[in-house]
Amino acid sequence: MNHSTAAPFTPGHRAPGPDSSGARLLAGWHATGRPATLADHLRRYGPPPFTGGTPGLVDSVEAAGLTGRGGAGFATARKLRGVMDGRGPAVVVVNAMESEPGSRKDQFLLAVAPHLVLDGAVLAAAEVGADTVHVCLPRTRTAQHRQLGTAVEERRRARLDPVRIRLHALPHGYVSSESTALVRWLDGGPARPQGSPPRSHERGVARRPTLVHNAETLAHLALIARHGPDWFRQAGTVDEPGTTLVTVSGAIAAPGVLEAPLGTPLATLLDRAGGPTGPVRAILLGGFAGTWLPAENVHTPLARRELAPLGASPGAGVLVALPHTACGLTETARMLAFLAAHGARQCGPCRYGLPAVAEDFAALAAGHAHPELLSRLHRRTGLLPDRGACRHPDGAARLAASAMRTFADDVGHHLTHGTCPAAHRPPRIPVPPATPLETWR
Amino acid sequence: MNPNRILRIDRIACTGQGLCGELLPELIDLDEWGYPILKDRIVPDRLRSHTRRAVAACPRLALHTDDT
Ligand code: SF4
Ligand code: SF4
Repeated sequence: MNHSTAAPFTPGHRAPGPDSSGARLLAGWHATGRPATLADHLRRYGPPPFTGGTPGLVDSVEAAGLTGRGGAGFATARKLRGVMDGRGPAVVVVNAMESEPGSRKDQFLLAVAPHLVLDGAVLAAAEVGADTVHVCLPRTRTAQHRQLGTAVEERRRARLDPVRIRLHALPHGYVSSESTALVRWLDGGPARPQGSPPRSHERGVARRPTLVHNAETLAHLALIARHGPDWFRQAGTVDEPGTTLVTVSGAIAAPGVLEAPLGTPLATLLDRAGGPTGPVRAILLGGFAGTWLPAENVHTPLARRELAPLGASPGAGVLVALPHTACGLTETARMLAFLAAHGARQCGPCRYGLPAVAEDFAALAAGHAHPELLSRLHRRTGLLPDRGACRHPDGAARLAASAMRTFADDVGHHLTHGTCPAAHRPPRIPVPPATPLETWR
Repeated sequence: MNPNRILRIDRIACTGQGLCGELLPELIDLDEWGYPILKDRIVPDRLRSHTRRAVAACPRLALHTDDT
């Protein structure tokens, strides 16, 4: 292994600073500024307390109130119980695909604290009676794969784990991070979402009960196993305890990944990322499948309960600040084009509805709108949710609808006068090329 | 007590020829591309035989009813 693998993650992650209060998952990184080896990890946390399937961990996780940090926010204990109730030996899958273009947190966490994630996966495996942990990574991130391979090898040599860990490199489509897509790929199929039933926790990989968890969720679980639910609840809110990783980008001074208690106001998160570089027009919360919020909502806490009335949710913790000089409609049109290209083209809303909405939006952004465009766009957007085999069309609809709400003035302007000057400036939100995957296998 | 019958569409299997919408317009609308929109998932008793017919007619076996 050469030393350049020490910090392969994308630029923009700040060096450890004094503002690391409350850090849990990132505590080691803040203390040392370098990725934790197995020795570092064991020195800091001690060995993982494997229970060998005796009851305990699931109760702790339940008492802690841990919810999935992958976006859906499902209660982790309920997922564990679902798999424990299934028939036969189970399987654990670590979802480290992080296909959301605005998110870096799982990559970052796996780079700086890989053993926390792996501990969590192995602890969960011991609890649900699984003999294998599959870690799913995007094929495009070769450095991450190599690094995690080193971590797994360290553990194997130390004979730390009672189960085997296998790394997999999957095609990196936006929807390949759906849990059913991972299961399908691990079974030899394409990394495309599958309709249910049966659900993965009943019949997943090799038809065995399968627990799919996001990487960050498992890292929290590893700390709960050591420190207990009361410790976990010392951060966050009563309803939504714990800390969460947030990727902050856009018009702020120091974009990067940070860790904050749930319930932290969005404005505080922006400040912790160096603060806005100028007046903020809107914030995008949750990523490409997320919600645009007007800048006046910036004092809302990052918590489901407070965000729900605004039609938003913390999602996978993506926060993008859009400067006043940018055109929200143009940015949204580019994101929608990406989402449309990345649908798995299996269901009607993804095959036709989503590309149609993306096209309408492109026309609106370009100022080529005709009078009926807006009502058509509303109607088509309204028909996307709940009609795919997975939630991909729902996320795109949320983005489109929130853009029309938040940038209503601009919509009016684009419809009557054509584009505003901001639409001709270079785009501010990086969007990967809107080209479909070459292969799903 | 009769169990509720719930209408379900396998969205991946469905190819959107819209037969179901023609046979069961009380519960199924079609979008502009011919794909079904469920107006109601619960099948009322009076529509049970119509529903059975629509389920049987779906060329892709994409339309199902589940008992709850
Ligand atoms: S909704 Fe789209 S992404 Fe989801 S399963 Fe259907 S075609 Fe695939
Ligand atoms: S008849 Fe079957 S395949 Fe055709 S639109 Fe209805 S559910 Fe889809």
